[in-house]
Amino acid sequence: MTQVNSAILTVDKVSKRFGGLLALDRVSLTVNEGQIFGIIGPNGAGKTTLFNVINGVYPPHEGRVAFRGEDITGMPPFKASQRGIARTHQVVKPLGELTVRENVTVGACFGRENLSLEKAAQVADEVMEFVGLIARKDLLASKLNVAQKKRLEMARALAARPRLLLLDEVLAGLNPNEVADMLTVIRKIRAQGVTIIMIEHLMHAVMNLSDRVFVLDYGAKIAEGTPQVISSDPRVIEAYLGDPKVAQRFLEGSA
Amino acid sequence: MRNLLSPFLWIILVVVGGIALIPILTGDASLREDLFLILMTVTLASSVNIIMGYTGYVNFGHIVFFGLGGYFAFFLMQNLQMNFVLAALIGGMGTCIVAVLLGIPVLRLRGAYFALATIGINEAMRTFVTNFDPFGGAVGMFFNYSTYDAYGGAKNALWFAYDAIVVVALLTITVSFLIKKSKFGLGLMAIREDQDAAQVLGIDPARAKVITYAISAFFPAITGAIFFFKNGIIEPNVAFDLLRSIESLVMVMLGGYGTVVGPIVGALVYERMSSLLITAPPITLLGVSVSFSQLHLAIAGVLLLLIVLFVTGGFVGWLRQRFPRVRRYLE
Repeated sequence: MTQVNSAILTVDKVSKRFGGLLALDRVSLTVNEGQIFGIIGPNGAGKTTLFNVINGVYPPHEGRVAFRGEDITGMPPFKASQRGIARTHQVVKPLGELTVRENVTVGACFGRENLSLEKAAQVADEVMEFVGLIARKDLLASKLNVAQKKRLEMARALAARPRLLLLDEVLAGLNPNEVADMLTVIRKIRAQGVTIIMIEHLMHAVMNLSDRVFVLDYGAKIAEGTPQVISSDPRVIEAYLGDPKVAQRFLEGSA
Repeated sequence: MRNLLSPFLWIILVVVGGIALIPILTGDASLREDLFLILMTVTLASSVNIIMGYTGYVNFGHIVFFGLGGYFAFFLMQNLQMNFVLAALIGGMGTCIVAVLLGIPVLRLRGAYFALATIGINEAMRTFVTNFDPFGGAVGMFFNYSTYDAYGGAKNALWFAYDAIVVVALLTITVSFLIKKSKFGLGLMAIREDQDAAQVLGIDPARAKVITYAISAFFPAITGAIFFFKNGIIEPNVAFDLLRSIESLVMVMLGGYGTVVGPIVGALVYERMSSLLITAPPITLLGVSVSFSQLHLAIAGVLLLLIVLFVTGGFVGWLRQRFPRVRRYLE
């Protein structure tokens, strides 16, 4: 909490319970403006739940979430979106019977800038160009393949002109070429000054892109720091990676 | 409001308005009655399409608004001797308020649960009105013949009712088109496709759905006011006729749900088919006299089944899918 001035998002001792399962256990984190903040952890660690609490899909049982100094705890997702928090979904949610262009226009229309339909359509065209979907703009979203649907998620989120972008495993299920393309896109987004929090399983991607990495296990934070610190943290290697071979890959990725 | 100048909208309005003008010009009373029914069904189908086709909330109880609007206006005309136009507008507004009050809890339901709840609303309302003495209970209400004197006698009142339904039908089509082409309409379609995603993208689904439900309630309410004004009598079983509600859904599915022209085409085709069958003379088959008067319901059922199984987009949806180029022009 030393860099309060540049903090864009503060999560303070947030807990979320599903019945008897404690999905998040007093998680605290601070993300600074302009950072890429990586979140890693085994399956079921509570990463997506953390996103859902940040953008208001679930209200937390305890704790606070503050965005740009404003308490947004338990605020519904559409209000989070209007304040500049956009996200992509791990399980893609295309608006199937609308065209790609309409999908992206929805993002621009109802996002932070609350644009008119005409302006939103222009923004949509720019964003589709940016993520490389422009050639598919008149296709129905349901007809896209997985990689294109991931791009669509990304385009829709970007069209909202967010201040904070939550990326939930945008690289999962992509082939190496598609991953490389997507990484280029993510770097370009950061260059535009958008703060990014990304959940990712692809270690080399997280370690290369992130300014800070946060490790979640069983709903609790087990480590946080720069990629170098994280990749040499014995607790992370032991608790999260377990397998020494994977640990080796992990270290190589960060080099 | 640039969309108001859209050629597509004007083509529809000119075609529908042009046909509607024929009996006014020729004075053909029988054609007027046919077209009255067609325009009424066009209005019901187009308005249910706004909540069902654009927003994805299948409303089986759409007719409850028709009945309520009819009852409100009838009550005002009979007991307060209110002018028909004013009574219809107040009836429409009153129905919108009821829709908002009902919509706030009911629109939280999704899918089949919402559809079932809408049937419940209609049936509950019918039972309520049947036992509500100010509305005449099970017997309903009827005008004195002298009520029509203010409109130049019963004969002129029929023409007046026809003019009114023409205006309402054209207005419904216009509003349906404007919603479809608006930012608000895009939000509705996002809700239809995936409400959770829509909410994450910045849309307030609860608010959008309640507004839409109220808009879609206004037009059947005015239509009900006109219909029962013309009939001179209103009773619960006619006002809250679930069958008419279901027929509207068949028309929307037949023409193409979620499109502007679909419900118009569906209403036209369905209404023509059912009136042909109703008026067809009975035939003698193996010594038994067979009447066609109820056959349109059987055909409606089969049609609905075929559409849902094979052409979910209906006629217009099929055209749009088959010829992607027409998509830009055919809404």
